[in-house]
Amino acid sequence: MGLTRGWRSTLVGAGAATLALAAIVAALGPALTVIPIGTLRLVVGGLLLVFGLQWLRKAILRASGWRAVRDEEAVFARERAQAANAPRVERAGLDWYAFTISFKGVLLEGLEVAFIVLTFGSTQGSIPLAALGAGAAVVLVVLAGIVVREPLGRVPENTLAFAVGVMLTTFGIFWGAEGAGVEWPGGDAALLGVLAFVLLISVGFVTSLRRRKLAFA
Amino acid sequence: MKRFGKFWWDFIVGDDWRVAARIVIAFGLTALLATTSVPAWWVLPLAVAAVLWLSLRRVAR
Repeated sequence: MGLTRGWRSTLVGAGAATLALAAIVAALGPALTVIPIGTLRLVVGGLLLVFGLQWLRKAILRASGWRAVRDEEAVFARERAQAANAPRVERAGLDWYAFTISFKGVLLEGLEVAFIVLTFGSTQGSIPLAALGAGAAVVLVVLAGIVVREPLGRVPENTLAFAVGVMLTTFGIFWGAEGAGVEWPGGDAALLGVLAFVLLISVGFVTSLRRRKLAFA
Repeated sequence: MKRFGKFWWDFIVGDDWRVAARIVIAFGLTALLATTSVPAWWVLPLAVAAVLWLSLRRVAR
């Protein structure tokens, strides 16, 4: 957006969304800590599970050929052309198109991250620690982006989506079940077993659907 | 208001509402079994596998 419509309105939009996010986190964070841990794990686990299955489902369909893999460069070129051709409307001295698109983008993606950080933090009893982890991840991702940009760029987007889906689904099953009153055999170590199970069925589904696709072809 | 509701629906439920509905049922079954003396830890992983496969099959047919 900055490249096609100019940086000022884009950065103001991103900044406004960051402030809105901070307000949401400040309001939700303390509220989450007063909810009983069992209820919280059930709700958080359920939401993570539904989120994770959305990611995993799409990643499996793409990996098996039942859904088109996103061509990131084509999407970038198309959206850049759309942004460049959108009419310029000035409001409050800002290019309103650049402001609203960057505001919505930062707010929606940020909400997803904030939700994950808040829920992980509250179920494990330390929101500051989860926030610290998220901050460390931001620094690591920026550094990795600078140092190993080329090899990272070759990692397919769908592989990343697949990994995110597997992780969210795993944590969703683990916490959701605990919230529903389950005692995992082996305690927290069972998380690794759940992870292996989710990974195994996901890879199995990709293989099975790929065969099915070939049979239909 | 309608758009606000649609945003949250898309954000949480996504494009297959059956997944969310079946997961809610699976949680109910897990909670029910957890009140008995039978171990209930296996219900949710198996339910997730079944729910995911059913959702994938709807597309891949």
